[in-house]
Amino acid sequence: MTQSIVQIESLTKVFDGKDRVVAVDGVDLELHEGEIFGLLGPNGAGKTTTIGMATTRILPSSGRIHINGIDVVKNPAEARQRIGVVPQFNTLDRSLTLFENLYYHCRYFAMGHGEAKARSIELLDQFLLAERKNAYPAQLSGGLAQRLQIARAIAHRPRVLFLDEPSAGLDPQSRLAMWSIVEDLHKEGITVLLTTHYMEEADKLSDRIAIIDHGRLLALGSSEKLKSIFGVRTVYELTLKSLEGIEIAAGQLRAQPGVESAEPHEHGLRIVAEKTDGLLPLIVEATKMQGLVDMRMQGANLETVFIKLTGRDLRD
Amino acid sequence: MISRKQCFTSFLGLMGRDLRVMRRELMPFLLRVGMQPLLFLFVFTTVLPRVSGGNPMGGGNFGQILLPGLMAVAIMFTGIASVALPLSTEFGITREIDDRVMGPIPVWLVGVEKLVFSALQCIVAAALVIPMAYYIPARPVVPDLTRWPLLLLVLLLASFLSSSIGLVIGSKVNPKQIGLVFSIVLVPITFLGSVYYPWAQLDSMRALQYAVLINPIVYMCEGLRAAITPAVPSMPWWISVPALAASLYLIGRWGIQSFVKRVIS
Repeated sequence: MTQSIVQIESLTKVFDGKDRVVAVDGVDLELHEGEIFGLLGPNGAGKTTTIGMATTRILPSSGRIHINGIDVVKNPAEARQRIGVVPQFNTLDRSLTLFENLYYHCRYFAMGHGEAKARSIELLDQFLLAERKNAYPAQLSGGLAQRLQIARAIAHRPRVLFLDEPSAGLDPQSRLAMWSIVEDLHKEGITVLLTTHYMEEADKLSDRIAIIDHGRLLALGSSEKLKSIFGVRTVYELTLKSLEGIEIAAGQLRAQPGVESAEPHEHGLRIVAEKTDGLLPLIVEATKMQGLVDMRMQGANLETVFIKLTGRDLRD
Repeated sequence: MISRKQCFTSFLGLMGRDLRVMRRELMPFLLRVGMQPLLFLFVFTTVLPRVSGGNPMGGGNFGQILLPGLMAVAIMFTGIASVALPLSTEFGITREIDDRVMGPIPVWLVGVEKLVFSALQCIVAAALVIPMAYYIPARPVVPDLTRWPLLLLVLLLASFLSSSIGLVIGSKVNPKQIGLVFSIVLVPITFLGSVYYPWAQLDSMRALQYAVLINPIVYMCEGLRAAITPAVPSMPWWISVPALAASLYLIGRWGIQSFVKRVIS
């Protein structure tokens, strides 16, 4: 039986004001000790707000969050001792060197001079930043800055690490490096909650995934489980030259047995089908008038799961 | 629970960080706090008396009037600048404050640390004016330090008060407009704050004399006058000190509340 380390119950956040926004709408989550948990959703789904509440920066409108048994709202300072946070943007202290960013972080967490110094040196080595220890954050590339942010977040040995969109703005190589860092930390036993809107990131890193949209959880489980429950269908993504008469074509396709939906969008048509036998020629035939430019077919993967659940592409 | 000792150690960590950054920027700090009193003393107590064939303002003890006033301006300027300016970047695009408010101490204590560190700078800035007032004017101005407990009390209250004003500004004002605040807040409060004339001498302009009483720098100047230049007429200390304490209580609370609100949404 795995121990749960983060419990989120009926979490809600409403931003009042001119435009009332329900950013998070009754989310329940439980993280098991030592797992990597991916919160997957498009921009504006409520991922960052959820992390903000779990990391004491945003006050929930209602609901409860416990981390390692500590009520985050009632005892924020104590909760912060057990969590490390890598925010979406580079928040490194620009007035301090790389070494000092780590050193003073340790001091904020009540370590003495000797301990803080030793820990900072250890982290600089571990994250291959020792050569640049006297540089300032402004001199770092995005990938290095991100690495330092992760080092800083774990400097006080937290139980849970929150990574908010960790690969946003990283080049592919830095992204791979970041993934391997997260996997190494995972091996050391830290629990990780990461938000992302990259399918492959969620798929590659996470033990379990929750899909979130409009502040609500739509599905939760391992990548395989989600694919087996929701992803039996195949998605045909059509790019068309013209959208004239597209409704007629979509109607024709909807009438085919095994076709679940056929929805026009700004570049063409998206067809979700359960049975694919013999469908391809029918699709080509039906869209003859519109001029088929490109077609992508996707079997059961997270992307199809996502489209099925939210009715839209992550990039829409 | 977080123990007191742990809170204190974290607090020292925050102070250590600020001290490190300041050590690195010592020269700019000294220039910032020193330039204004230096030029003021030079122009008003050395240049003007010579070019106008006599003292242009306030008679022979103008230096005496100016010393407490310039100390108050140094405190006000330093307090606001050393809290509001860094905060405007830290709350700005980079959100550099994040790491400090994510430590294991209550967020309001992070705000208090800003006040303490800034108050120390204010006291240094005020103290720097004293040797300047001795060496620069044609006639050296010597402060009377016999009432040092009162001086210390006024310095502390004034320093924390100006830092609190800085905290309110830094937490409330949009970083882009921080420069504007300096012209529309700092300039009027120093010019209408009994800096260059004792408050009592405003008696020929009654309305103005009472209107400026909402300006906290008036009490700083008058409190300092009562402490170090007893020859110059000043408001009794039992008015200026309680007024400073009350302003500090109100503005300090407002500052901390605004800071916490800015950090936690």
